[in-house]
Amino acid sequence: MSLPSELPPRQDIGVIGWVRKNLFSTWYNIVLTLVAAYLVITSAGPLLNWVILEATFTGESASDCSGEGACWLFIGQRLNFFIYGFYPDALQWRVDIMFGLLAVAFVPQFIERFPRRKWFGIFGLTGLPLIGYILIPGGWFGLEEVQSSRWGGLMLTLILAYVGILAALPIGTILALGRRSDMPIIRGMCVVFIEVWRAVPLITVLFMASVMLPLFLPDGVNFEKLMRALIGITLWQSAYMAEVVRGGLQAIPKGQYEAASALGLGYWRKTGLVVLPQALTLVIPGIVNTFISLFKDTTLVLIIGLFDILGAVQSTITDPAWRNVTTEGYVFVAFCFWIFCFGMSRYSQNLERKLDTGHKS
Amino acid sequence: MFVFQTLALATVFWFGWTLFHNTLSNMESRGISTGFGFLDETSGFGIIMSLIPYDSTMTYGRTFFVGLLNTLLVSAMGVVAATIIGFVVGVARLSSNWLIAKLALVYIETIRNIPLLLQIFFWYFAVLQTLPSPRQSLDVADMFFLSNRGLYFPTASAEPGFGWVMAALIVGVAAAVFVHRWAKKRQFRTGQLFPALRVGAVLILALPLLMFVLVGRPLVWEMPSLTGFNFTGGASILPELAALWIALSLYTASFIAEIVRSGILAVNRGQTEAASALGLRSSFTLRLVVIPQAMRVIIPPLTSQYLNLVKNSSLATAIAYPDLVSVFMGTTLNQTGQAVEVVAITMAVYLTISLIISGLMNIYNRAVALQER
Repeated sequence: MSLPSELPPRQDIGVIGWVRKNLFSTWYNIVLTLVAAYLVITSAGPLLNWVILEATFTGESASDCSGEGACWLFIGQRLNFFIYGFYPDALQWRVDIMFGLLAVAFVPQFIERFPRRKWFGIFGLTGLPLIGYILIPGGWFGLEEVQSSRWGGLMLTLILAYVGILAALPIGTILALGRRSDMPIIRGMCVVFIEVWRAVPLITVLFMASVMLPLFLPDGVNFEKLMRALIGITLWQSAYMAEVVRGGLQAIPKGQYEAASALGLGYWRKTGLVVLPQALTLVIPGIVNTFISLFKDTTLVLIIGLFDILGAVQSTITDPAWRNVTTEGYVFVAFCFWIFCFGMSRYSQNLERKLDTGHKS
Repeated sequence: MFVFQTLALATVFWFGWTLFHNTLSNMESRGISTGFGFLDETSGFGIIMSLIPYDSTMTYGRTFFVGLLNTLLVSAMGVVAATIIGFVVGVARLSSNWLIAKLALVYIETIRNIPLLLQIFFWYFAVLQTLPSPRQSLDVADMFFLSNRGLYFPTASAEPGFGWVMAALIVGVAAAVFVHRWAKKRQFRTGQLFPALRVGAVLILALPLLMFVLVGRPLVWEMPSLTGFNFTGGASILPELAALWIALSLYTASFIAEIVRSGILAVNRGQTEAASALGLRSSFTLRLVVIPQAMRVIIPPLTSQYLNLVKNSSLATAIAYPDLVSVFMGTTLNQTGQAVEVVAITMAVYLTISLIISGLMNIYNRAVALQER
C-alpha cells in the first residue's frame, strides 16, 4: 500500500521558500541582507534621479542644463568629436563604412547559427584592415588625404587596439614558436624579448616610443606620433600574445607532433599544417582576453598626447561654457568601454565552454 | 640548425649595432651628451611628496630615489588593500546569500571592464577635486580633515619611555610564538586543542598596552590645524595618492576576487565531504583543508596581479602623483634630455621588481607544489 505523496511544506517552496533559503537562512545572512538591501535602496533612488528623472537630454546649449540631474545634452552636442576626433565632417562617411564593416565582420561571431561566419571573421582579419588602410588615411584613388593628427575619439581607440592586436598576432606566434624551439640561441633570444616587454609598464613603452624611437632611426626617417605609438603597442603586445599562443602550443597532445613526424612532415609543414591550426583555435578565448586588456590600455596614449576617446572627453570637460560635466563625460566613456569589453568577455567565455573538450593534455 | 642560429644571432647583432650607431650620431647632431654624469647635477625642481628629505637643490640621482620610493609606497598600499577587498568580494561572490553574491558580481563585472586610467581620473577629478576647500573641510572629531587638499590626520611622536612599550611588544610576540609551539606539541602528543591563536593575539596586544599605561602614556599627538589656506601639522594623504590608491585597489581587487573564487571552486568537493566525515568542525575544514588547497591555485595568478598593480601604478603620471615614471621619466627626462639613460634605468627598475616577485613566487610554488608519487 502506498500513501499519496504530500506536497512539500509551504515555507520551503515558491517565493517564500526561495527568500528563506537565499536571503534569510542564518542570523548573519539576515543582517547582511538587510544592510545590503538598505544600501541598495538608498543609493538607487538618487542614482536614478541623476541618470534619468532629473537629467537633461534635449536642448540647444549649455544653459539648458539647469536641472539637478546629469547633463547628457553635453554628450549629445560633442558626440561627433568623441567618435571622430578632428576628422573632417564631410569625410566621416569613410569612417562610418569602417564601423559598418567591423559590425559585418564580427557581429556574426556572436550568432551561433550564422552561415559561413568563419569567413566573415577571416575577412575581419585580412580584408578589413586593408580597406581601412586605404579608406581612413586617404591619399589613394582620388580620396582626399586626412593627416593622422586629425584622427581621434572612439575611432582612434579602435584603430590602436585593432592594429595592435593584428600586428602582434604573427609576431607573437613566431616568438612563441621560438620559445619552444630546440635551438638554444633562438630560444634564449625569444625568452629575453618576451620577459623584458612583459615586465615593463605600457606607459614606459609609450614614452620610449615617443622619445627614443626618433633617436634610433637614421637621419631623415621620421614617423608620426600615431605610428610611433603603434610600434610601441605592437612590440609590447606581441610579448603578451606570445605567452597566449605558447599556452595553446603546450595544450596540443604530444601524439599530434609525433603523428605529424611519422607522416614525414618537416618542421615547417608540421607546425603550419598540424600544430598551429589546432593551437590557434584553442587560444581564441585567450586572444580575445588580451584584446580586451589592450583595448582598455589604449587609453594610455592620451599621456603622450593622442586624442583617443578618453583624451577627447578629458579635453572637453574642462570647457568653461558648460557647468561641471566631469562625471557625465567619464560615465559616457566608461559606458562605451564597458559595452565593448563586457560583450567580448561574454563571447570568449562562451567559446571557452564550447572548446573545452573535457580532455585537456 | 647551427647555420640558422648563427644567422639569427648575426641579424640581431647587426640590428642592435645599427640602432646604437644611429642613436650615437643622432645624439651627437643634437648636442646631447651620453653617460650617467647628469645624475650628480642639481635638479632644480620641487616634488610635492617625498618619503626621504628632498628639495630642489638636490641631484637628479636623488629624484630617482624619491620617485622609486613613491612608486613602492603606492604599490605596497595597493597590494594590501586590493588583497583584502579582493578576498572579501571573492568570498561574497560564492555566498549563499543571493543579494550579496549578486552585488559582488555587479562590482566585478563593472570595475574590470572599465579602463584603469578612466577610474583614476574619475576618483581624482570627479570625486576628490570636488571636495570642499580646507576651510570648509569635512572633519571627524577635529582629528581627521578631508578636503580637496587631501586627508589630514594626527601623528604621534614617541617620548622617552616608549622603548619600554616596544620591548613589551617584542616580548609579547616571542611569548605568542612560544605558546603556539607548545600548543602544537601538546596536540601531537595528547590530541587536545589549545586556542593558541586567540591567546597569542591577546599577548601581542595586551602586553604593550599594559606597559603603555604603566610608563605613563609616552606619546605626543600632533593635531593638524588650519593656518591660512591649508593645514599644518599632522600628516596627510595627498589627493593624488588617494585617487591612485583607491582606483588601483578597486581595479585589481576585481581581478583578485575572480582568482579567489576560482581557487575556492577548484578544491574538490570530496575534500570538504571527507573533512566533515572525519568530524572536523566547519571552521577547521575551512582552515585546514579548503584554504591550503585553494591557496595553491590562487597564489600564482595572484602574484601576476600584484605585478600588474606595480606596473599600473605608473599611471600616476596622468594625475601628477610623483612616482618613478612621473618624476624621473617625466620631469628629469625633460630637463636633461638624457632619454636613453633615463628610459633604460626606469625599465631596469621595473624589470628588477618583476624578476624579484616572480623569483619569490617560484620559490613559494616549489614549497606548496603537490608531492606526487
